[in-house]
Amino acid sequence: MSIQVRDLTHIYSEGLPYESVALKDVSFSIEDGEFVGVIGHTGSGKSTMIQHLNGLLKPRSGSITIGDVDITKGNVLMRDIRRRIGLVFQYPEYQLFEETVHRDVAFGPTNLGLTKEEVDQRVIEAINLVGLDYDEIGERSPFELSGGQKRRVAIAGVIAMKPEVLILDEPTAGLDPKAHKDVLEMIKKIHETQKNITILVSHNMNDIAKLVDKVLVMEKGRIAMEGTPRQVFSQAQKLKKMGLALPQASDMMNKLRNRGFDIKEGILTNDEAFVELVRILKPDIKG
Amino acid sequence: MDNIIEIDNLIFEYKRDEDREVIRAVDQVSLNIERGSFVAIIGRNGSGKSTLAKNINALLLPTFGEVNVDGFNTRDESALWKIRQTAGMVFQNPDNQLVSSIVEDDVAFGPENLGIEPKEIRKRVDESLKAVGMYEERMKAPHLLSGGQKQRIAIAGVVAMKPKCIILDEPTAMLDPKGRDEVMAIIKKLHKEGITILLITHFMDEAARADRVIIMDKGCIVMDGQPKQVFARADEIRKLSLDVPLPVELAERLRQEGIAVPPEIITAEEMVEFICQYK
Amino acid sequence: MIRDITLGQYYPGDSWVHKLDPRTKIIGTFVYLIALFLVKDFWGFLIAVTGILMVVAISRVPLSFILKGLKPVFIIILFTFFINMFMTKGEVLIGWKFLVITKEGLYNAFFMGIRLVLLIIGSSILTLATKPIKLTDGIESLLGPLKKIGVPAHELAMMMTIALRFIPTLLEETDKIMKAQMARGADFESGNIFKRAKSLIPLLIPLFISAFRIAQDLAMAMEARCYSGGENRTRMTAMTYEKRDILATLGLIAFVATILLERILI
Repeated sequence: MSIQVRDLTHIYSEGLPYESVALKDVSFSIEDGEFVGVIGHTGSGKSTMIQHLNGLLKPRSGSITIGDVDITKGNVLMRDIRRRIGLVFQYPEYQLFEETVHRDVAFGPTNLGLTKEEVDQRVIEAINLVGLDYDEIGERSPFELSGGQKRRVAIAGVIAMKPEVLILDEPTAGLDPKAHKDVLEMIKKIHETQKNITILVSHNMNDIAKLVDKVLVMEKGRIAMEGTPRQVFSQAQKLKKMGLALPQASDMMNKLRNRGFDIKEGILTNDEAFVELVRILKPDIKG
Repeated sequence: MDNIIEIDNLIFEYKRDEDREVIRAVDQVSLNIERGSFVAIIGRNGSGKSTLAKNINALLLPTFGEVNVDGFNTRDESALWKIRQTAGMVFQNPDNQLVSSIVEDDVAFGPENLGIEPKEIRKRVDESLKAVGMYEERMKAPHLLSGGQKQRIAIAGVVAMKPKCIILDEPTAMLDPKGRDEVMAIIKKLHKEGITILLITHFMDEAARADRVIIMDKGCIVMDGQPKQVFARADEIRKLSLDVPLPVELAERLRQEGIAVPPEIITAEEMVEFICQYK
Repeated sequence: MIRDITLGQYYPGDSWVHKLDPRTKIIGTFVYLIALFLVKDFWGFLIAVTGILMVVAISRVPLSFILKGLKPVFIIILFTFFINMFMTKGEVLIGWKFLVITKEGLYNAFFMGIRLVLLIIGSSILTLATKPIKLTDGIESLLGPLKKIGVPAHELAMMMTIALRFIPTLLEETDKIMKAQMARGADFESGNIFKRAKSLIPLLIPLFISAFRIAQDLAMAMEARCYSGGENRTRMTAMTYEKRDILATLGLIAFVATILLERILI
């Protein structure tokens, strides 16, 4: 199942004096099972764009085809779209409301109209998938948990709906280093086990470089760049002009390149940076 | 050594109602903060760093031990407002610190509480807003501003009280990279002007800019020293589930390859310089 | 739509009206609103309309901006108009079965409609030309004498300030929570009234918790900035009665006198 977005345009408050163009002719495709990263500074249209993918927003023009269904057509049921596209907002723990973790995670699947047995099973699966122990927290109030745990419960609430596409908006925002690492690991594991399309919106270039197959760079409501992480993060100047940073490793290599060193292009991770540094500092060994 | 903050054997305990189990959030911390210094306190969530910070400006009182700010003891009720004016605090959530619907009125809130006379308040508000680069936005409503801008206004609100020390409790945790840079620039600037800065954070790159780094874990201070000294102990930092800055990690691995990277290298710029010189 | 609500918004400026003491403006608005109900005929309304348009002109807030604030309540005005038109008994002008328009009905509808419009414009000008903090300072001062009988004037004013500050924030929060729950399949639109009320739980509980969290954080921040209640607080712009306040009050008295004279004489 793939996603095709063609010429998506969205205007806020159209016709009023303060109308603003949020998205302009946005086009891209995502293949089945692909892991896509969306980057862009605040206000570039990232949030607006992903809210179109699960039908929360309707475009002024353009089409979004998920699988073989054009979801922008009037006759499509919102409920069916949300069944297939899961969207985890920023600070998702703010949406928790039930008395127990189990019941909160059950909210989504229950809304899908599944039987109690199916719902319960999905709840246990989802909680385990996000790396939490069901026996330990299943019956506890979500409000007793730590920040990182709450976040995972909230994400479990969306995963329990078994969406074909999982969209995460800044899933590591506000987390401390350990929780950040854990959530990232969790996302990677979910993508690998569920084998569905995962879309990650993030400001953290290191995370993007680590996880995704393809990067979409947004600026002023348009797709400014598209490519693999290596391709995108090689264009340091262009990214800098857009006010975007590079993954730390790429940034350091870029600094060295600017000082005249012949650094290999497309370095993304700490390991690759290390190998390259060894190459230029000990050329006699690596030759 | 002239200390603006002196903490002597501080223990802070509290009960979580249901369990009735006493939790010791700060465990025998003794710490002196030198006037005019820039100190960063790092630690995981639950390490006690925020609790420690709130004990300094008397939002919390010690269970045992003493905390003195500019000579005043935090248990001294009559000194409460003096202490809070001396040690101002900026919190993590930019939105939930701002009281008024108009920027300049919010910055005036602190001085108004201190009973400062009107003309002086006006002067301080204008100066503080200019100091954080938000003077042009002074008539705007806060909810229309970005996180970084809101946080700068919160800082202006504290600066307007003319504190000797500013404590910032994870001020950039909820900001995007641009907002984070804006706030760190202001912090650096305020420090240059002589204000003592206490920055609570879990971002290593922010702590690296301080004069002194303190690492807390499970309520105790486990490391204390200059950034160069502290970050060099990469293994210990990893065991505390904290991030090691990339340059430090690379330096460590290069050393294992026989390349003598000096232990003082902790920032990307320093690493680049070193590599240039090595060749 | 939310941005169209001009009631409660501030339009920065430094006109005479902006500079008036808030207490003058609050009392003036009250008097104007009461006067609106003393007016019974065309000439009376002419005086009322002239009066408010003069104030709008001096304030230099664009009339178009103010009229935009009428949009959200347009339905209410229309509703009132039609109710009055069809429900008033009297001399029948046109009729069709039970839908009867009387002369009295037409008058009532027209005047009630104008009254509502003027009511909104009158209140809007108060909030548009007065900073929220000055508005609450003014209310605090006016309620001051009541402190003797236990009215917590300062606390009420502070509550108002904080409420005004956080209304937009809470509206945004509501929007975010709604979207998050809708993404989990929540349905806020369909079903009977009971079902719809129940469907609000996933919205209201997180919202309440958010509000409590804001309150907790805010209280800490206020204490950290040395807030300790209303005693000994100063203000950046102290309220003082100036010449213009005296002139404005005289103008107000003249306005009321004209209205009363008009009723008595015409």
